[in-house]
Amino acid sequence: MNNALKPSRRAFLRGGAAMAAGTMAGAASAADGPDPLITDLQDWASYTGAGVDETPYGMPIEHEAHVVRRNVEWLTASPISSINFTPIHALDGTITPQGCAFERHHSGAIDMRKEDYRLMINGLVERPLVFTYEDIERFPRENHVYFCECAANTGMEWAGAQLNGVQFTHGMIHNMEYTGVPLRSLLQEAGADTSPDKWVYVEGADASSNGRSIPMEKALDDVLVAFKANGEALRMEHGYPVRLVVPGWEGNMWVKWLRRIEVVDRAVESREETSKYTDVYADGTARKWTWVMDAKSVITAPSPQMPIRHGAGPLVISGLAWSGHGQITRVDVSKDGGITWETARLGKQGDAKALTRFYLDMVWDGAPMLLQARAMDETGYVQPTKAQLRAQRGENSVYHNNCIQTWYVSAEGIAENVELS
Amino acid sequence: MSNSLNVSILSLFGGVTAILTLALVVANRDYGQNRIETLEARVAEVQDQATASSDKARAEADRAAALEAQIAEVQAAAQARAAQGLNLTAPAPTPEGTLGLGRPAHEEEIAAWDVDVLPDGRGLPEGRGDVFWGEEVFAEKCAACHGDFAEGVDNWPVLAGGFDTLGDKDPVKTVGSYWPHLSTAWDYINRSMPFGEAGTLSADETYAIVAYILYSNDMVDDDFELSHENFGEVEMHNAQGFVIDDRPELEYSQWRTEPCMANCKDEVTVTMRSVFLLETPPEGGSVSVMNLASVEGLPSFSADGPSFIPEPQAMPEPEPAVEPEPAEDVDEAQLLIDKGEKVFKKCAACHAVGDSAKNKSGPQLNALMGRTMGSVEGFAYSQTFKAALAEGRAWDDAALTAFLADPKGFMKGTKMAFAGLKKEGDQAAIIAYLSTFRDE
Repeated sequence: MNNALKPSRRAFLRGGAAMAAGTMAGAASAADGPDPLITDLQDWASYTGAGVDETPYGMPIEHEAHVVRRNVEWLTASPISSINFTPIHALDGTITPQGCAFERHHSGAIDMRKEDYRLMINGLVERPLVFTYEDIERFPRENHVYFCECAANTGMEWAGAQLNGVQFTHGMIHNMEYTGVPLRSLLQEAGADTSPDKWVYVEGADASSNGRSIPMEKALDDVLVAFKANGEALRMEHGYPVRLVVPGWEGNMWVKWLRRIEVVDRAVESREETSKYTDVYADGTARKWTWVMDAKSVITAPSPQMPIRHGAGPLVISGLAWSGHGQITRVDVSKDGGITWETARLGKQGDAKALTRFYLDMVWDGAPMLLQARAMDETGYVQPTKAQLRAQRGENSVYHNNCIQTWYVSAEGIAENVELS
Repeated sequence: MSNSLNVSILSLFGGVTAILTLALVVANRDYGQNRIETLEARVAEVQDQATASSDKARAEADRAAALEAQIAEVQAAAQARAAQGLNLTAPAPTPEGTLGLGRPAHEEEIAAWDVDVLPDGRGLPEGRGDVFWGEEVFAEKCAACHGDFAEGVDNWPVLAGGFDTLGDKDPVKTVGSYWPHLSTAWDYINRSMPFGEAGTLSADETYAIVAYILYSNDMVDDDFELSHENFGEVEMHNAQGFVIDDRPELEYSQWRTEPCMANCKDEVTVTMRSVFLLETPPEGGSVSVMNLASVEGLPSFSADGPSFIPEPQAMPEPEPAVEPEPAEDVDEAQLLIDKGEKVFKKCAACHAVGDSAKNKSGPQLNALMGRTMGSVEGFAYSQTFKAALAEGRAWDDAALTAFLADPKGFMKGTKMAFAGLKKEGDQAAIIAYLSTFRDE
């Protein structure tokens, strides 16, 4: 048992009111007498359950029906060109199930059959080629777990604490195991000019025809042309049958329904890499080509959607950390708004450019807390506070907000999104 | 392969011999001088041909030998690979190190898909459109979302104005105020607009729309015509407004340090509470509600913890899992049948219903209502059901309800081990459900 499980000295400060609050929602009802869930024969212990032919493809049990992607209607003009949020408050571990992994479409999710899929590679190549889906599966393939974070994740929070729920402040992220072919294999197949001053322009097949320019160095490094996620086919909303995976870089570059790869001698400067996904400074100049998603972390429970209902006593603080620069090496947690920090335990050694789960096991004394998490990655980068980010960039920005998040946890265990002095 | 090669070489030699024989026979005959000369010439010609043929035959023989040597070499290599346990069926790598997958792209295919336009204008098709026509096209195809004057409707993007707002707290980022390249506008409109009808604009229409957007931003006069020829002459207001990612110099250099762990601040207070509370209804989505709570009354924090413990308030109860209210037009009877289907899971281990239902450890239950008790063919009933059959008793609402509520009480001696449905309403639900299965 480690130090975290010892009651803190704050326990001596708390008043009788906190004690009452702490035990209010506390221990199970067992003290009142034998639990009929144990002493009475239950239906499920007597009657037979569902047969193997009931659900050929299983959905989560109905009692988990609230764990779903949700959108905030007023954020965008139309749900066709919009975003929803992963219910990260209710998930644990690191892998995001496809069915609740956030979606971002610019012209809606399209229904395309594998048989109708074509991928063209052209431009500065010796052999412009067209591949079918079957062709893609004949290249040597790899498996990697990567996070995909929208550049606008936490974007609403630049101006102040806005949305009360980690699903809404940090849910534009998912983390899956991809199966795919390195982009470099396709470039090689076409005899592409891969000199370092060249770019790879990638484009989707949907009506938005989202296109992004990727510098050749990244294209040759770890970019995947992926067709499976978490072992099964990509979901329609994630680009079935084939999407691009651009590890550690902003989600908009992960072009879905990938239909074309063009080798070019300069960045195309498409709409999504100039008018969008660029960061405006306080003086009105803007920063472009901000592709890497810097180290970031957030406590997923307790959080506004996950209040503490058990009262004082053992409490697991749980959260996620990630960095587009590589592995997460350490996560610190503060319970007093950043005055003191203690190092959390990693669920397991994190993969590079993938979500890492952290835990802080503690005994809660029932006193209010200001909970924060702070990630460090393998480059030694320390996740900044909101004040540090604002000092650098001002408050006009939308994208690439990786600030430290604060939850105020009341004596009743209610958590709320707040900003601190 | 080598066998067929030998056969063809033999037949070649045979042909040459026949030609030589014919030539000698012809030469020994005594015809006239002219005839002789002609024949001599002919013989010379045939001899030349014979020489050429034998040369060719030798070349073929050499080639055959070379091929045989090559075959031996390949076979030796294959044996060597097999000896090393390598896969004999794997395709040999092609000279360029490719797999030979995919097929060449047709020019028409590249032309159809490769339509992106670069900042220097490469990729632009020939065409032209002026502001006047652009206003018409814009009104027809764009204004529903972007407004007649490109000012934006609802949350749809504003395309005009916003100059000198980029340093404001809410910068207005339009084609005029923010976009650094005109090519981006042409390319995006051409490929992705109008929303819901992408890819339907002609090149001329796109030139006209872009001309009108420039006009809406006061960047050109009303008599302006945009074309592939003058495209490069348009100067964008914010062309110099972008720097390339400088986080490494400005941010990483400062933030790659060992962080503070204790006494990092003296005191911390809450300065702002969440603007919106978000309700998450069971039907999905979210409902944003203004948060009226104030920061007044929250404790400040120091290294000793919170300054005070606020008066506890009641913890909101978790939202009960409410059964969705049935809509008024929902068929009550159907709801009962649906409920019955669920309840029937308790019976399904022993009783089958539906198409080709067979007896299991209990009799099949198709067309149960009105059926004589104990009458299903092939099922070994208990004595009590055999007696009921003899008496001619039939299943009806009352009998089945009583039986389901207390099987052994209603039919003393039944083999059915089921304890009975104790919840009120479950019997009626099952009866409603079973009534949907009639005789086939």
